[in-house]
Amino acid sequence: MEHVLIIGNGISGITLARHVRKLSDKQITVISSETDYFFSRTALMYVYMGHMKFEHTQPYENWFWKKNRIHLVKGFVQKVHTSDKKVELSNGTFVAYDKLVIATGSKPNKFGWPGQDLKAVQGLYSKQDLDNLEKYAPNNKQCKRAVIVGGGLIGIEMAEMLRSRKIPVTFLVRETSFWNGVLPAGESQMINEHIAEHHIDLRLNTNLKEILADENGQAKAVVTDKGDTIPCNVVGLTAGVTPNVDFLKDSSIEIGRGVKVNRFLETNISDVYAIGDCAEQHEAIGNRRPIEAVWYTGRMMGETLAQTLCGNPMEYNPGHWFNSAKFLDIEYQTYGWVFSERNKKDYEEHFHWRHAKENICITVAYHKDTKKFLGINTFGVRMRHAIFDRWLTEERDVDYVMQHLKDANFDPEFYSHYEKQIISKYNSVMHTSLSVKKKSWKRIFSKA
Amino acid sequence: MKAIKNIGLVIFLIGLATFTVIPVIGTYQLDQNTFEEIIKEKNIKSDAFIQAVEQNVVDKEFNGMLSLSPAITTALENANAQHKKNKEYKKVIYTSGHDMAALVGKKSGTGFIAQNKGLMWFFTFGLGIIGALMFILPNVILLGKKGIKNDGIYHESTTNRGWIAWLVFIFLVSFYLVLYFSPEYAVNWTFLVDPISESLSGNPAGHWFVYGFMYCVVMTVMAIRMYIKYRHNAYQMVRTTSVLFFQIVFAFLIPEIMVRLQMPYYDFKNAFPLDYDFFFQWNLKSLLNSGGIGLFILVWGIVLTLVIVPVMVYFFGKRWYCSWVCGCGGLAETLGDPYRQHSSKSLFSWKVERWLIHGVLLFAVIMTSMTLYSFFTESGTVLGIKTQSVQNTYSLLIGAVFAGVIGTGFYPIFGNRVWCRFGCPLAAYLGFVQRFKSRFRITTNGGQCISCGNCSTYCEQGIDVRAYAQKGENIIRSSCVGCGVCSAVCPRGVLKLENGPEEGRINPTEVLLGNDVDLMQLMNKK
Ligand SMILES: Cc1cc2nc3c(=O)[nH]c(=O)nc-3n(C[C@H](O)[C@H](O)[C@H](O)COP(=O)(O)OP(=O)(O)OC[C@H]3O[C@@H](n4cnc5c(N)ncnc54)[C@H](O)[C@@H]3O)c2cc1C
Ligand code: SF4
Ligand code: SF4
Repeated sequence: MEHVLIIGNGISGITLARHVRKLSDKQITVISSETDYFFSRTALMYVYMGHMKFEHTQPYENWFWKKNRIHLVKGFVQKVHTSDKKVELSNGTFVAYDKLVIATGSKPNKFGWPGQDLKAVQGLYSKQDLDNLEKYAPNNKQCKRAVIVGGGLIGIEMAEMLRSRKIPVTFLVRETSFWNGVLPAGESQMINEHIAEHHIDLRLNTNLKEILADENGQAKAVVTDKGDTIPCNVVGLTAGVTPNVDFLKDSSIEIGRGVKVNRFLETNISDVYAIGDCAEQHEAIGNRRPIEAVWYTGRMMGETLAQTLCGNPMEYNPGHWFNSAKFLDIEYQTYGWVFSERNKKDYEEHFHWRHAKENICITVAYHKDTKKFLGINTFGVRMRHAIFDRWLTEERDVDYVMQHLKDANFDPEFYSHYEKQIISKYNSVMHTSLSVKKKSWKRIFSKA
Repeated sequence: MKAIKNIGLVIFLIGLATFTVIPVIGTYQLDQNTFEEIIKEKNIKSDAFIQAVEQNVVDKEFNGMLSLSPAITTALENANAQHKKNKEYKKVIYTSGHDMAALVGKKSGTGFIAQNKGLMWFFTFGLGIIGALMFILPNVILLGKKGIKNDGIYHESTTNRGWIAWLVFIFLVSFYLVLYFSPEYAVNWTFLVDPISESLSGNPAGHWFVYGFMYCVVMTVMAIRMYIKYRHNAYQMVRTTSVLFFQIVFAFLIPEIMVRLQMPYYDFKNAFPLDYDFFFQWNLKSLLNSGGIGLFILVWGIVLTLVIVPVMVYFFGKRWYCSWVCGCGGLAETLGDPYRQHSSKSLFSWKVERWLIHGVLLFAVIMTSMTLYSFFTESGTVLGIKTQSVQNTYSLLIGAVFAGVIGTGFYPIFGNRVWCRFGCPLAAYLGFVQRFKSRFRITTNGGQCISCGNCSTYCEQGIDVRAYAQKGENIIRSSCVGCGVCSAVCPRGVLKLENGPEEGRINPTEVLLGNDVDLMQLMNKK
């Protein structure tokens, strides 16, 4: 029986294992060094905040693995011997494979800051990071202030976590406005304001220079490039992530920033594949980045590779881009492409609407000549994935989208609706006289 | 703000403590006239009992129910034993000792509590309400911005099965035990609400009135908590208002007012088989003897169960009943909300659930068939089994122990829907309709789920919502009561409760939206 060996029990590795099991009778082994069982990294914050216990982050009950004959091994792979088709664990044992899948995920970036390896300086990626935060920031007596470096999605999650225990937070962000490399200005501005509403000391346009240690080798303050010294007990490093591939450095597998793969997710060595955060496409697919460090893509790569491994070779061919996140109390969803001013294509134009009082806004991107709909960002409004996916496939124009927004609304029942306000602003900027169409189940369920 | 909360907590605890000691204090003195009234009212023929009470109880002062109750129950038991021995069956008293003690207590209560009903009401209910509100209202400010507020739920003793939760558990279980099995200890509570009862039905309060009144008070106070906690979520606000309305108006006020108008006591929204004694002989007889209104209730009760309930479930899902109308559901969604995360999500619990709830439904159906058979044939037994004893077993095991003691008492430990999930026969019936013929579903939003588990954690019905959401599958489960909290707590906007066409309700996609279409077609073809 063919032996599929998977390194990494994150979403990509586990999705692969599950689908291989569904499609075949192959022997499956998953080796991982972090935890015994698969858990959702995305939910780490809720454990610290007391919304959930760690066990709730595990999507499958512990008996699931044995029942599905997915053999779990806890261990760290320190070397891959591709010529003998074996991996070497840090405890000295070897495991042979027929197919090897690298699904080792990412690790937090460290840019060589002085003091970056001190105690109480940490990223937020692994279960161990969660345990460390619990150790160094259990409450606001022991942790009088925390400084977070790097204004991305994980940074703001970490700020929210610490604030849930009333720990004062200073948030150093290199950009001039929060996450404005990704978000258009209006949205980024709204998040700036919302961060302030949560009493987080947001310092834009500010870089970390150095972390100072106390006599026990624990962080006691950070120094910024503005010359400020901010006393603190915990430092969170959340300036992005890099593929976790150091253990492959002296193997024959080709490495760039991540493990280089083609559209079949194959590496340069036959029978070795890479999926998830650690995989790097030779060529970016469409507007995507060569390394896509998000949950959904890891899952999709796992689904696709399972097909290939089970005799149905298939390219990784992601559909329309989508994503979601939450900034403190504000939910964010995106479908298609809406770029920030910094990365905007020259044909890309935006329509932006923001609610007068509430933290609700949308930005719609369209082609300035053809008026083709390119994508939408929504804040504080939920949208129906299937509808936008179809509209993008059907290459609808932005007028059509504006008229049919009610079909796409996914807010819970009884919520206020804003389509009228949105379209009246749209009409006034675009000099159109469109009106909102009533929601139609027929349209919602029609196929592209 | 924090200070107001703490003062509120102290005031609440004083109210609660007073309420808790009241059952065992107070004085009772039965005079001869009152006793004769009781003899007449209860049609007591037992000379032995009358003699014993006259000798040991009448005109004596008793301090606390702990001394009065044994005097009555022993007299009653001895008398009955003697009559049974002598085969004087006509003289046997069929009222239970506890009920008799409650009756005597009610009629003979003197002393401070019975004479200062209003004041004592204030020291129990009044302080409880004021304290609880002082504890809850500051949350408007303390909880900060609108949004889901589950911070610290698993850090606190109250909501994480700590010692406070166990104390609440003991309190609730004891409360229900008194209510169902030792109503004489509720006599002093009835004094507190006599004025309210008299103004509604014209009669002094019984222990079920205390329960009904308390139910409304607790639900109202905890509904205010819901309003504050879920103030960003219109669905929760509307739904909470609805359950509160149906509890106060339909379950509490209307039946009391009907009694005042000499009509039968009836809760128009309480559908059979949850209302398991609807077809019991005494109820049918009383309805048939109440003229037009009785007949109307009889027809309404049948139409409610056979037509209204399933049709509504077809259009809106079982939520219209379980989390919008039902009293049990109403308490679960208000008082029980802080405990919703304790429902077990394991596959094992799901198995237990299916056996138990369908078992209870079967039990209810068999019992009712026997009841109706006995009613129409006027025979007390079916196939040699006594209908009465089957009814008694059901009333005790399901009606009292399961629905009351376990159903509510176990909130802090097993979550707020123990009864609704494992026991309610009506829920089982609605569940069939919801599962197989309904427009209701929880739509999963394509590929947006990040498997975080908030939805499953906070599903009070123990549904592993995430298991569906992460596969992109809609959630169509007979047990879902449509509380909407999974949708409320989801950080990625993945879940939407909605009523739509039946076609497209179940979407068995093996691969999620996001992957290219060929792959999806391939998987769906298989
Ligand atoms: C706090 C946080 C929040 C996030 N929120 C979102 C979100 O909301 N939406 C979203 O789309 N994405 C989110 N992400 C990103 C998302 O979680 C990742 O893209 C995803 O988990 C990557 O999955 P993976 O399977 O590729 O790798 P991982 O989940 O990183 O799994 C890799 C596993 O392999 C193990 N491993 C690594 N090297 C070795 C070795 N040599 N030997 C043995 N084991 C090894 C690691 O310990 C790890 O357990 C979030 C990430 C974090 C950290
Ligand atoms: S699935 Fe959602 S709506 Fe249904 S009972 Fe559970 S939490 Fe409530
Ligand atoms: S809460 Fe939302 S994102 Fe989290 S597991 Fe449930 S459906 Fe998925």
